[in-house]
Amino acid sequence: MRSLVQDRDRTATASAVSLAGVDVAFRLAGASTFTAVRDTSLAVADGEFVAIVGPTGCGKSTLLNIAAGLIAPAAGTVDIFGVGLGGLNRQAGYLFQADALFPWKTALENVAIGLETAGTPAREARQRAGDWLSSVGLGAFGDRYPHMLSGGQRKRVGLAQVLIRDPKILLMDEPFGPLDAQTRQIMGNLLLDLWSADRKAVLFVTHDLEEAIALSDRVVIMSAGPAARIIGDWRVALARPRDISEVKLDPAFHALHRDIWHVLKAEVIKGYTQAEGA
Amino acid sequence: MPRAQLTALQVLVAVIAVGAWYVLTTYPIFGKVWLPPFFFSNPVDVAAQIVAWFATGVIWKHLWVTLLESVLAFVIGSIGGVLVGFWFARQPRTAAVFDPYVKMANALPRVVLAPIFTLWLGLGIWSKVALGVTLVFFIVFFNVYQGVKEVSQTVLANARMLGMSERQLMRHVYWPSALSWMFSSLHTSVGFAVVGAVVGEYLGSAAGLGYLIQQAEGIFDVAGVFAGMFVLAGFVIVIDIFVTLIERRLLVWRPPAETRT
Repeated sequence: MRSLVQDRDRTATASAVSLAGVDVAFRLAGASTFTAVRDTSLAVADGEFVAIVGPTGCGKSTLLNIAAGLIAPAAGTVDIFGVGLGGLNRQAGYLFQADALFPWKTALENVAIGLETAGTPAREARQRAGDWLSSVGLGAFGDRYPHMLSGGQRKRVGLAQVLIRDPKILLMDEPFGPLDAQTRQIMGNLLLDLWSADRKAVLFVTHDLEEAIALSDRVVIMSAGPAARIIGDWRVALARPRDISEVKLDPAFHALHRDIWHVLKAEVIKGYTQAEGA
Repeated sequence: MPRAQLTALQVLVAVIAVGAWYVLTTYPIFGKVWLPPFFFSNPVDVAAQIVAWFATGVIWKHLWVTLLESVLAFVIGSIGGVLVGFWFARQPRTAAVFDPYVKMANALPRVVLAPIFTLWLGLGIWSKVALGVTLVFFIVFFNVYQGVKEVSQTVLANARMLGMSERQLMRHVYWPSALSWMFSSLHTSVGFAVVGAVVGEYLGSAAGLGYLIQQAEGIFDVAGVFAGMFVLAGFVIVIDIFVTLIERRLLVWRPPAETRT
């Protein structure tokens, strides 16, 4: 009887995303396999903003695809709110690194489609899409096609497209990677604003340590691949709400940055040497 | 280059070409007419023939027949190409089985099919439509096949994450992608529809621009042959303008190709 109650408790407080002992392997030409990620465990609590940082090619994005259910792990388990994940993760929204908007749809249609697929009537979907475009600052751009928008504007549309579905989990794969430094900062602040409204669980992949610390509650460091694993986990105790440009002036930010960079640096160098050698 | 200047230069090319044609077929140079009018006719006769066709209204019937054949060939060929293209792209195994036959059929010069089609379908419009269809089909088919296969993996993953079912993927991702590829080849496929119609008419028919040209050639009426060619060229240009308009309307979402003028 007691154990039953405990079980239920555990489910109620289960992590939004929980990876346990996950291996990811890709089949190469011939019979050999390439192990991208080995024995990785990571839990993201509900409402927590976790950033994954690692050198280029360490399998950060792979981990995100696992959490999204786009690829299945070779070993280990993936639980979403305490339930094993089979197939696509229906509770997650995914913001991709590359352009993922539908080029043949206008900004408004791109945002509305996420609701329409769920059966929302077209009129209502469009109206709410208009509201979302306004909240990412693109109210006047609804009838533009993606190619008529700048890189930053496309990311805003992408953000609205994902958030309009109100996913419980937000997966972000270097979403601001291709943008210039100023736009990244603005987008980061926009993201924090939107996130603070309802505190979804966020898994944010980036190679930019400063961005990671400025945005998140926890920073997780991955080693250089192949067979990458998690080698560090820091809690970011900076007060919220934050402004990205201001938080970077905080001494606590610097101290944390120094600590993490100490660990990350070796992996980055290792990652580069491997990339050069390959 | 400014628009007016460009147009002026374009007109100039026509003036020089027609002028040279007129001079060389009419006036002896160094005691010799370099282009014998029997083989080359001359611009005045050709223009007179064209005017006569339009004045008497004979030409409309032929234009109508050729237009009808071209449109039918285009529509039927496109529908077939889209359906089969989709089918093969979504069923790689079927595509693999049929692959050598598709290649074989595509490599075959389609003109050799004309006698067969005439035999099967008679001298009416349908044998020409069939010839046009065999030309249009493969262009549309290959483009749609490519379009469905080359959908961006990121866009596809995004669509899945946004909760699209297989049917919604069809409608919102594969279909627009395939259509964009098909429309990018619109000029080519419409052109081939006309080629099919005219060649078919030329090889055996009772009406159409190809028939007109073939008739004139049969009685060594070179002016008639040239007149038919010019009417055909005008016909193709008008169709091409329509296609451009349609394309602009349908592909507004496409980034404009980088052109320098």
